[in-house]
Amino acid sequence: MHSDPASVKASLGKYWMIGGALLVFTVITVAVNLVHLSSVALAITIALIIACMKGSMVASVFMHLSNEKKWIYGALILTVIGFIVLMTVPLFTTMDTIGTHSPAIGIPESHAAGH
Amino acid sequence: MDMNIPYTVEERPDSGLANGKLGIWLFLASEVMLFGALFSTYIILRTGAVEWPHGELNVWLGAINTVILITSSVTMVMAWANLKMHDFGKHRMYLIATFVLAGVFLVNKYFEYADHFGKGEGPWHSTFLAIYFTLTGLHGLHILGGMVVMAYFIGPGAKLWKKNPDQFTNRIEYTGLYWHFVDLVWIFLFPVLYLL
Repeated sequence: MHSDPASVKASLGKYWMIGGALLVFTVITVAVNLVHLSSVALAITIALIIACMKGSMVASVFMHLSNEKKWIYGALILTVIGFIVLMTVPLFTTMDTIGTHSPAIGIPESHAAGH
Repeated sequence: MDMNIPYTVEERPDSGLANGKLGIWLFLASEVMLFGALFSTYIILRTGAVEWPHGELNVWLGAINTVILITSSVTMVMAWANLKMHDFGKHRMYLIATFVLAGVFLVNKYFEYADHFGKGEGPWHSTFLAIYFTLTGLHGLHILGGMVVMAYFIGPGAKLWKKNPDQFTNRIEYTGLYWHFVDLVWIFLFPVLYLL
């Protein structure tokens, strides 16, 4: 990260600009919600895409992640892997078939049940 | 005997980082996992629910709080930038502004919570409100924690600027990294809880 006084001074305008962009994206998010899109999936997708864009702006500019040392990137890559695992946990809940009835393939359910 | 803690200002030769910088990033990594686990819980509850309430929360209050936190992120980065430019007066002004904005956020949250509890809608009322209070309560505690740290640097902690300006600037940078993370979490909480 370049943090000598001259380069910091040159970045001041960028900080205000990113702040403004974040506020504009917030307005867009609320506006999309007010429009009441016909598809819920579309509304969710748009809201999350905007949130991801806002999050990446905060991380890259305010937290200076666009220009950091490799140790920090290394720690964050491990975090991302862990985060992805956490986000896939809900999928495992749908794979759990313990206690559910699943008849053998090709056998009518009435036969499988012993009737 | 000199008992100074090493690498508070100068960078370590192996990592190229001051110890505090790596420390705060590792802390933030653990915070990602904490909030990640709760977001994952939210997905499980939401996908497993027969119906999910819409319009239970005040979108305008949520949007105003989003604007407040984004503005506080800008004032926080300006507080750090002004220290880098050796302008302690402006730094202090921006840090106080960040502290006040954080306070306004919590006051808004208090009104939201009071409205729910006034109607008997606590975390016990529904699955949605249970995860809502868990996520926003934990986030609110993080805001409170940030305010305590900021209050320290506005008050007694500011003395370090005269003694060791570089170390003080680093401490404000770490506070800023934490504060931006708290803002980042809210950026996702707002659409997930208030809009979807």
